[in-house]
Amino acid sequence: MVEDAQSQPLLSVRGLVKHYPGAKALDGVDLDVRAGEVHCLLGQNGAGKSTLIKVLAGAHQPDAGEITWRGRTVSLLHPQAAMALGIATIYQELDLVPGLTVADNVFLGREHSRLGLMRPATANRATAELMARLGHHEIRPTTEVGTLPAAGQQMVSIARALSQDARLIIMDEPSAVLDNEEVDRLFHVIRDLRADGVAVLYISHRLEEIREIGDRTTILKDGRTVATGISARDTPTREVITLMTGRDIEYVFPERREPPGADVQPLLEVDGLGLDGEFTDVSFTVRPGEIVGLAGLVGSGRSEILETVCGARRATTGEVRVAGRRLRAGDVAAAVAAGVGLAPEERKSQALLLGEAVYRNISLSSLARFTRRGLLSAAAERAVAEEQVEALEIRPRDVAREVRTLSGGNQQKVVLARWLVRDCRVLLLDEPTRGVDVGARSEIYALIDALAARGVAIVVVSSEIPEVLGLAHRVLVVNEGAVVTEAPASELDEHHVLDLIMESEAARLAQEQEGAA
Amino acid sequence: MKADTVASRETGPAPGTGRTKDAKPGLMSGPVGRNLGLVIALAILCAVGIVTAGDRFLALDNALTILRLASVIGVVSIGMTFVIIGGGIDLSVGALVALSSVWATTIATQAMAQDTHWIVIVVTAVAVGAVGGLVNGVVIAYGKVAAFIATLAMLASARGLAEMISNRRTQILEPREHRGFYGVFGGDVLGVPTLVIIFALVAVLGWVVLNRTTFGRRTFAVGGNAEAARLAGIRVQRHTVWLYVLSGVTCGIAGAMLIGRTTTGSSTHGTLYELDAIAAVVIGGTLLVGGRGTIVGTVLGVLIFTTLGNVFTLNNLSSSAQAVARGVIIVLAVLLQQRVAAGGFRRRRRAAATSTGSPTTTPGAPAGEVSTNATAPVVRDEGDDERS
Repeated sequence: MVEDAQSQPLLSVRGLVKHYPGAKALDGVDLDVRAGEVHCLLGQNGAGKSTLIKVLAGAHQPDAGEITWRGRTVSLLHPQAAMALGIATIYQELDLVPGLTVADNVFLGREHSRLGLMRPATANRATAELMARLGHHEIRPTTEVGTLPAAGQQMVSIARALSQDARLIIMDEPSAVLDNEEVDRLFHVIRDLRADGVAVLYISHRLEEIREIGDRTTILKDGRTVATGISARDTPTREVITLMTGRDIEYVFPERREPPGADVQPLLEVDGLGLDGEFTDVSFTVRPGEIVGLAGLVGSGRSEILETVCGARRATTGEVRVAGRRLRAGDVAAAVAAGVGLAPEERKSQALLLGEAVYRNISLSSLARFTRRGLLSAAAERAVAEEQVEALEIRPRDVAREVRTLSGGNQQKVVLARWLVRDCRVLLLDEPTRGVDVGARSEIYALIDALAARGVAIVVVSSEIPEVLGLAHRVLVVNEGAVVTEAPASELDEHHVLDLIMESEAARLAQEQEGAA
Repeated sequence: MKADTVASRETGPAPGTGRTKDAKPGLMSGPVGRNLGLVIALAILCAVGIVTAGDRFLALDNALTILRLASVIGVVSIGMTFVIIGGGIDLSVGALVALSSVWATTIATQAMAQDTHWIVIVVTAVAVGAVGGLVNGVVIAYGKVAAFIATLAMLASARGLAEMISNRRTQILEPREHRGFYGVFGGDVLGVPTLVIIFALVAVLGWVVLNRTTFGRRTFAVGGNAEAARLAGIRVQRHTVWLYVLSGVTCGIAGAMLIGRTTTGSSTHGTLYELDAIAAVVIGGTLLVGGRGTIVGTVLGVLIFTTLGNVFTLNNLSSSAQAVARGVIIVLAVLLQQRVAAGGFRRRRRAAATSTGSPTTTPGAPAGEVSTNATAPVVRDEGDDERS
């Protein structure tokens, strides 16, 4: 299968163009993918990555351009056509049926049956073989997919692709929902696939990942290919970023300001906070103007801590005080009234009204402010929203635009604008740059810093440790629902933090073994 | 009313159409265009009425009859619109109408009304509806019972309670003894039946509350994304309770209106109102999944169904034929709305393909937008006119 891999690309795309109403999503994309390579696709939000994937998956039709598959020009009129050729796509939002078993999902639409009766034994055996091939024996064919963690579900999607004899698997930000260990296992699977001659088109925002797993890279900018086939390992990061953004990024993080003095009264006090099954005895304080970071792996409890602080989850122990006044547990509205705002991890499902206008999203938490004699003034809402759009450089500038049409970075700015309009004093940021491209990241960092300078107390959670270290004055390292260390950010570096997490993990395991023995 | 456009409302990709990513409000999303399907349907019905029944259909009396019949179910539909936009459903409206009409016409209530003031009848009806709605709301919001189930249970028990109270007898509210009540709920002002005026008031009030108050905005937020609403500081459960109370209040008002129209309270009043109201709301463009909807669409939906009934009656056609036509209309109206919107979408895409102009100047509206829009009497901002 691999004999002509070097001479003839598996998939070749030339001059692909795709218009959407009001926007040109693809404007001349070229791409060559060889059999048995991991080809990385990079680009900022809005560069056209998603559109390209949809075209290759047969979900959208291009307006111009040519797609060649194993030397033959093809048109991918619908997803089944792409599948029949051997192109499988694993979307960020996995398209699995949670109530069905692993085997049912793998063979969905192509069930093993005889005379209309399902033959579950055959399907289960085949699924078990696929899982063995992927090195995930622990995923049983009869398990309900909804009970699997995100990583397991991803494996089910990959197994489904393999069962359809896919020659090219497109993975759209597969690592976004995985923790480090799971990413390692995913990479292991990808390497095996590569050895079998399967090509992988790998999309990610994380440059270091691409360096680790990728063979060659194609970079999109504004719907065009700006570089294709460059080495994923040897191209300097700076060059990659320059290609993506069209400019050099000198300083990603704003210069660190002096933290407020020890004599300043804390604004946010978290005292012995605990939530059964998630985390125990978390205490910390944040002074006005201070940025405190929570560093930890996915599943360490960091997001749960933030959500409990703002009342989205009801704490089982401990309390939260804002400016000395205790917040009622499990009451978001009371927390918001006290000046606490949460920019949650899942912006689209937790923060935004996607079908609503930008200005309505911005005003959502401060509607009382725009109400005169019982009536809302949309004119006032728009005026304030327009100020925010100017101040935060939200693009496009149209406050009447539906939020769903904005890029990830601009959506995040809309969420921040909501809390700015609310004049919030304590801002809790969960993964503030998730799904945000490199260029917009530094803008968001600068914004966070500017807010702290105005006296807002800020807590930042991020799975990217450099982000926490670069932004925060003080860092709490969290593992397995407990605070491992608290230290000034200047005294920590990335390796140090990772060491602390590993140490605590080792200590915990040792303890467990002791308990078991 | 000046320039508070709600451009965002105007574009509404129906979930699952998946082709409306960059859609912007446009031609078809204008105040007329957004309800075009409904206006066309109503116009066709009227044309059929004129052709088949001529002067009898066109007579002023007939128009008033249509409006009077529309008024009771119309008031219920306004409440239903709020509940559905808020992400719920209320199957108990017909039963609550019956219960409030019965409770407001018991001997005790009648006696009290005669001793004090006729308004007691109305207050009783509204209070009964409100309490029924409160129970619905509490069970749904705090008991976490699915709205469909909770209100289905209320449907059964409220009508049962109405039967128990009335002993399945029709309770007459004697017009001669309750002149005050019938002066408001049975009379007319300058030839317009007061029931129609009440419906108009409720509709206007509903429009203002939905589009111009915090309560209305929060209703859209709660129905559109309850989790986002909660994390934004909105008390979602409390709001949900209020939505069902509001629906119950409209049932109470409708109960009083029915008493006014029929001079009776009965446990058989309001039968199948829940289906009529939901049908009117849905063909009016409100999304059953919540987050989007309009009062004007609902009013048009109610008028379409009532006009349909009137045309059939004038032509001596059976109510069974009318029921069939109703079903056909529901499907046709929704299909038509989708086609109109899809047509707009295709035109726009061609325009985009032939011009390389700036992204914001392309006119048009996304698929499914007519069926998913909101607020009709909306004036457009000068600044919002970039779409021609």
